[in-house]
Amino acid sequence: MNFLNVDLLIIGGGPAGLAAAYGAYNAGIRDILIVERDHRLGGILNQCIHNGFGLHRFKEELTGPEYAQRYIDMLKDTSVKVVSDSMVLDLSADRVATIMSSKEGLRKIQGKAVVLAMGCRERSRGAISIPGDRVAGVYTAGAAQKYCNIDGYLVGKRVVILGSGDIGLIMARRMTLEGAKVLADVELMPYSNGLNRNIAQCLNDFDIPLYLSHTVTDIIADEDNKRVKKVVISKVDENRRPIPGSEVEFECDTLLLSVGLIPENELSTKAGVILDKRTRGPLVKDNLETSVEGIFACGNVLQVHDLVDNVSAEGERAGLGAANFINNGEVKGDLVEAVPGEGVSYLCPQLITKEGEYVDLFFRVRTPTSNCKIVAKVGDKVVRSIPKIKVIPSEMESIRIKKADLLDKKVVVQLEAK
Amino acid sequence: MKYDVAIIGAGITGSSIAFELSKYDLKVVLLERENDVAMKTTKANSAIIHAGYDPKEGTKMARLNVLGSSLIHDYAEKLNFHYKQIGSLVVGRNEKDHEIIDKLFERGNKNGVPNLKVLKTRKEIEDLGETNLHEDIDYALYAPSAAIVSPWEMCLSFAENAVKNGVALKLNCKVNDITKVGDSFEIETSLGKVESDYVINAAGTHADDIYKLVLKEKADKSFTIVPSRGEYYLLDKDEGNLVHHVIFQTPTEMGKGVLVSQTVHGNLIVGPDADINNATKDCVHNTSKSMAYVRSTSVLSVPSISFGSNIRNFAGIRATLKEYDDFLIEESNEVKGFINFAGIKSPGLSCGPAFGLEAVEILKGIGVQLNKKKDYEYVRRPTFFKDLSDDEKLEMIKKDSRYGQVICRCETVTEGEIIHAMHEIIPARTLDGIKRRVNSGMGRCQGGFCGPKIFELLMEELHLSYDQIYQDREGSQVVVCRTKGEN
Repeated sequence: MNFLNVDLLIIGGGPAGLAAAYGAYNAGIRDILIVERDHRLGGILNQCIHNGFGLHRFKEELTGPEYAQRYIDMLKDTSVKVVSDSMVLDLSADRVATIMSSKEGLRKIQGKAVVLAMGCRERSRGAISIPGDRVAGVYTAGAAQKYCNIDGYLVGKRVVILGSGDIGLIMARRMTLEGAKVLADVELMPYSNGLNRNIAQCLNDFDIPLYLSHTVTDIIADEDNKRVKKVVISKVDENRRPIPGSEVEFECDTLLLSVGLIPENELSTKAGVILDKRTRGPLVKDNLETSVEGIFACGNVLQVHDLVDNVSAEGERAGLGAANFINNGEVKGDLVEAVPGEGVSYLCPQLITKEGEYVDLFFRVRTPTSNCKIVAKVGDKVVRSIPKIKVIPSEMESIRIKKADLLDKKVVVQLEAK
Repeated sequence: MKYDVAIIGAGITGSSIAFELSKYDLKVVLLERENDVAMKTTKANSAIIHAGYDPKEGTKMARLNVLGSSLIHDYAEKLNFHYKQIGSLVVGRNEKDHEIIDKLFERGNKNGVPNLKVLKTRKEIEDLGETNLHEDIDYALYAPSAAIVSPWEMCLSFAENAVKNGVALKLNCKVNDITKVGDSFEIETSLGKVESDYVINAAGTHADDIYKLVLKEKADKSFTIVPSRGEYYLLDKDEGNLVHHVIFQTPTEMGKGVLVSQTVHGNLIVGPDADINNATKDCVHNTSKSMAYVRSTSVLSVPSISFGSNIRNFAGIRATLKEYDDFLIEESNEVKGFINFAGIKSPGLSCGPAFGLEAVEILKGIGVQLNKKKDYEYVRRPTFFKDLSDDEKLEMIKKDSRYGQVICRCETVTEGEIIHAMHEIIPARTLDGIKRRVNSGMGRCQGGFCGPKIFELLMEELHLSYDQIYQDREGSQVVVCRTKGEN
């Protein structure tokens, strides 16, 4: 079997992997290889043909493929190499990847550093155990998006959407524009899980009702058990349990699911990378290095993002972290632990090195909260406090902390009343 | 063409019978209502080959279970379907359980189950590697011959061996009427008339409906099938190593409890319940009530099951006979030459080829001339690409570069395997048909990523249009129309 060595091996050519390559290249690394399982670079952006990408990164509004193309162009005249249609089957702790493709067969490639950028996958019907008949007509929103935007097919004509994640909202609009009737978007929580702008532009603008505090309690098949014929939804109580008698039925042929994303860490686990139970992504230091020396992570494989702009920024930081590792070796010294406190569901990175002046901690709040402040504490001492008019779980927050303030073993970030 | 034997139903019962009969110089036809084999009870069950201590002594169930279990062990290797003899434990926690387990041990020995052993301490159980069981569990019946299997692969394997050796398989062939004319039968089907000297009824939950067709005005002489629905959880491979044997609960008057087991593909399966009140013959509905029962009952065996790692719920329908607690396998008293294989509920899957041997005996008994074929050719299932060695993988890719292209990323299924499945002896023509043959879409994302790709491959390879691509049953369209820009 062929064996190859590179300085930096990047697994995944979506927005995170592309940005990691860009970040590492700018930091002086020249021998970089991106391994992409699909035919073309760009990852999930290729099927996101709506606009709204790049407002932060490029100060303009781009479609998904346009955004991806920016990064592809930025790498164009560099020494960064890409192999596409190639699947990484295995990754070891000493950073050897087993890669397979039709063209090259099987080969092993070792990186002095590796960046994990495999993205995430959608939660399916099984993940939330929706009762009902098991028939055609139930799809994840992303799969329906692929059929629609890449392949040119509609999965159904009368549609109910469960979950108000951004892909579900985008698909509500997309399917309406393609001539389908979207009857309802149903959300288990008393608030939406998508970006506010998507609620406005994808549901409200098309008069699609949003049923908050509701869930799907039955899926009913047609007479021949072929396809969805009806979806039954029920209101839920404060413990998210369906309330009997509150059922509403929709005659429809399709149920789309937009019920959350899970980082895709099968390879990470094979390499021995420790995952954080909260993010379901690798536990990382602020240089985005995982628990395995020389293996870094960024993008949705690390934590599920809502904006690609943040993915790119994280990717570039992972590229920089990997470059520093290749040039200078492991960052030494004690680590400070970042711990989520009251009202905060996770913190990423989870560990902070001594190197550099600042650290940005990213997180999501547990519930929508108004007139509050985000507080970072070391022991009893408040090292940073940011007042907020409103925070919601669907929008990722961050807080910047001076490393000079981290005089203890841990820093806690929590939500407090103003 | 007139057949010697027509078998109705290509589930595990009908396919096993077809397989054994294909070893003789007989003209056999296998009629199946659905568009593939293994489409009903065979595809939705616990996927266990029981050791055989459960059925009462002296029953057909007991005899065929013990025989089938050893035959399947041999055929798994010969025909290369997924099978793993991991053994089973019936676990108990109190005096009453101990008594029942002791009785099962005695019964198992009478049934001829090999190497049964009662484990009388917690330590003996833990020494087998079962460290995640509920802390109360201190007693168990160990049956090393119990196994796990891929039920649809096993069924497919028997059916394709039958077809390879001359059995005619008619899919999408619904039986509408059966009439005895002289010494033979005329079977009216959705694909036309089929004539045959003997009929074997292996129609699962519909066995009584089929029997009534031939009984005509004597329909009241028919047995009655009561469908019983059982629900399951299938969990991610992360959970697959929680247990290393099939873990059964001690059966009581309250029911058989639910099992927890690894599957041959490395997932964890948990279930089933048994519900006859919300069951019809074709309904594979999941209900929140049954799901709650399965969850709350299973944690009595293994408290740490993380149902957050669930990837799929499903339900299976079992054909239970009303007021009869055994398989009903015999030539009809009312209609000579018509042979019923009815009430094939658990442990039906575990009997497999034993049904075939039983059919051979019955046919011999009623005077059918059976001569073994001289040149029987066995067909093996292809080994999954991911299970090949690196050298074998390279060899495959060299021969056909499509084996280098991964389509299902969760289960590492390649384009080469998917294309191959479309050209097998019994070819796959649907997304789920491919799934049953090569495991695509069985993983964590449940086909979210590979579904659209396989959809394209089916159209390209079989020259089908988008409205001819089905998820599973005939007519279960995956997409309904083109988008505006494509019209």
